[in-house]
Amino acid sequence: MKNEGKKKIWADYQKEIADDHFFYVRSCIRQSFFPGSEQFFLHLMRDVLGKDVYENPSHTTCTGIGYHSDVVLSQTIMTVVARHFALMKEAGYKNIAISCVTSFGIYTEILETWKHFPEELEKTREYLYKATGREFDIPENMAHTSDIIYKFRDEIAARAKNLLVNKETGEPLNIVEHIGCHYAKMFPKSGIGGAEFPRVLSGMAETWGGKVVDYPERRHCCGFGFRQYIVQANRGYSVSNTAKKFASMQPFKPDVVITNCPGCNMFMDRWQYTIKEMEGTTYGEDGESIPVLTYEELAGLVMGYNPWDLGLQYHMVQSEPLLKKMGIMYDIEDKFKTSDGRQMPIPENLINV
Amino acid sequence: MEDVFELLQKDVRFEEGLKACMNCGVCTAICPAAEFYDYDPRKIVDIVQRKDNDELIRLLKSETIWYCGECLSCKTRCPRGNTPGYIIMALRTLSQKLGYFTESEKGRQQFAIKRTVGENIFKYGYCVAAYAVNPELHPEQGPIWEYMLENTDDIFERLGGQVNGVGTGPLRKIPQDALDELKKIFDVTGGTELFEQIEKHSERKAAEMGLQFNKEGIDNDYFTEVYTANNGKHTTHEKQED
Repeated sequence: MKNEGKKKIWADYQKEIADDHFFYVRSCIRQSFFPGSEQFFLHLMRDVLGKDVYENPSHTTCTGIGYHSDVVLSQTIMTVVARHFALMKEAGYKNIAISCVTSFGIYTEILETWKHFPEELEKTREYLYKATGREFDIPENMAHTSDIIYKFRDEIAARAKNLLVNKETGEPLNIVEHIGCHYAKMFPKSGIGGAEFPRVLSGMAETWGGKVVDYPERRHCCGFGFRQYIVQANRGYSVSNTAKKFASMQPFKPDVVITNCPGCNMFMDRWQYTIKEMEGTTYGEDGESIPVLTYEELAGLVMGYNPWDLGLQYHMVQSEPLLKKMGIMYDIEDKFKTSDGRQMPIPENLINV
Repeated sequence: MEDVFELLQKDVRFEEGLKACMNCGVCTAICPAAEFYDYDPRKIVDIVQRKDNDELIRLLKSETIWYCGECLSCKTRCPRGNTPGYIIMALRTLSQKLGYFTESEKGRQQFAIKRTVGENIFKYGYCVAAYAVNPELHPEQGPIWEYMLENTDDIFERLGGQVNGVGTGPLRKIPQDALDELKKIFDVTGGTELFEQIEKHSERKAAEMGLQFNKEGIDNDYFTEVYTANNGKHTTHEKQED
C-alpha cells in the first residue's frame, strides 16, 4: 500500500516522452546564436539513433518573444501555434519536439488554456480557418528537445568518448544546470521532475559522469525578462539577475553551466562578458569565466565530436578550460576555419583565450 | 468612462490569474523584478481585486506594470493559485488598447518593441534572427557577435545553417506564402490592430513631447528616446537616494 501511494505521488513528476516520429520546431534564438546545437540534435536523432524527425520549412516563429514582451495578443499567438499544429497534421505527425523553452512554455500554456476554456479552442479553429483555410489536431505528445536528449541519455552514455570527469584528478566535474523558467515553473507537469525536482539536465549530467552543483540561487531566472532585455534602458534588470546567480554559484567552483533554454544560454554567456568589462568581475577559477553550453553541445562533447563542428567557438566565453579538464584533444588551428578548410579571420578579445 | 475591471475579465489570462489573493507576498519574495525594481506584485494583485476604477486607470498609466519580466516564477509559488504575471500581461494589453501606455517611461517602450521584434515577425518570420540583431543596439553581445555577422555565411555553412536559403535548416528563408499566412493571422485576430494602436498613440505622444517621429524604422528621435531613456527612479535603491 505504501509503495502504491508513493508511486501515485511521484507519477505527477514523471513525463511521457515519445520514442520516435517527431515534428521538429526550431527556436529563433537557438538557430541564430547556436545553429550547431540544433543541427547536432538532428544528426544525433536521425543518423545515430535512427529516429524519424521531420522539419517543415514553412514553420515560422511562434511569436513568443513578441507575446512575452506584450506586442502580440493571446488570440494571435494561439492561432500562430494552431498553424504549426496544422502543418504537423498535414505531414502526418502526432509528436512535437520543440527546440525553444519560450515556445515550449507557450505551447503548454495554450494547451492548458484550451482545456480550461474550450471556447478559446473553438475561436482559434475559426481564426485559423479564416486566415489560412487550415485545420489542426492537438498533438498527442509534446516534448522539449532537452526532454528527448534526457530520454536517450543512456544511449549517449553508451557511445561516450569523454566523460564529465577531470582527466587529471579523476574527480567528477562540477556542473551547474540552469533550467529555463518557462520549462516547468508555469505548468510543472510538463517537465521531467516538475518545478520542484527538475531532472531534465541533472539526469544528463550525472549519467555522463558529472556532479551537479546545488547553490542558493539555482532556480533563479537567468534575467532575460523579455522587455527587460530587448529595450536598452532596461538591461540593468537582466544583467543584475545574472550577476546574482553567478555570485551565488561561484563558491561551488562550477566547471561548466548547462542550460536547456537558448535565451538563458545566450544571456549567461554574454552577461559574463559584460560584467567583466563593467567591473572586472569573473566567476570561474583563476580569473577565468565559466563556459555556458547547450545540452546538445555537451552531448556532442561527451560523444567525442569536434568542438568546432558543434560551434563552441561562437560563445563569448570560450570553452578551452573545460575541454582541457575533460582531456579532449582539440585542434586550435581548425577553430576558425570554414567547412572546406579555408582560414577565417581570428576574432579578438574573446574570453578564456 | 470604460469599466476597466470588466474589460480585464474578458482576457482569459486575467480570469486564470486572479482567484483570491490573501496578500501573503510569496510572489514578491520570489520575483526577480522585485529584487531590483521598486516593484511589488502583491500590491498590484491587491489593487486589482479592489476593483476601484480610478485606481485601475492609474495602474494602466503607471510605470509599475512594466517592471515584470514575465518569468512566471510567481505561478509556481502562489498558495492560492493566482498568477500575478498573467494579471500583468492582461493589464499591459489593456493599457495598450486604451492608449494609456504612453503615459509612463517604461510603457512608451512598447513602441520600440513593436518596431523591432514586432516587425521582425512580418519581415522575416522570426522574432529574432542573427542578421536582425544590430551590434550597435546590443553592445553586450561582445566582439563575437560582430564577428558572426561579418562571417555569417562561412560560420553557418560549417554548422549546417541555411541563412536565407530555400528548404529546411537554421535561419532558412521563410517562404512568402508562410509570411502571408502569418500576416493574415495577425489581421484576423486583432494583432494588426494592436500594432496600429501602438503606432497611433506613440505618434501622438511624440508630438506632445516635441520629438521627431518617422512612420517607419528606428532612425528617429522618438525611437531613440523610448529605447534609451531611464529617469533613474525605477529601483528601490534609486528611490531611497532621492
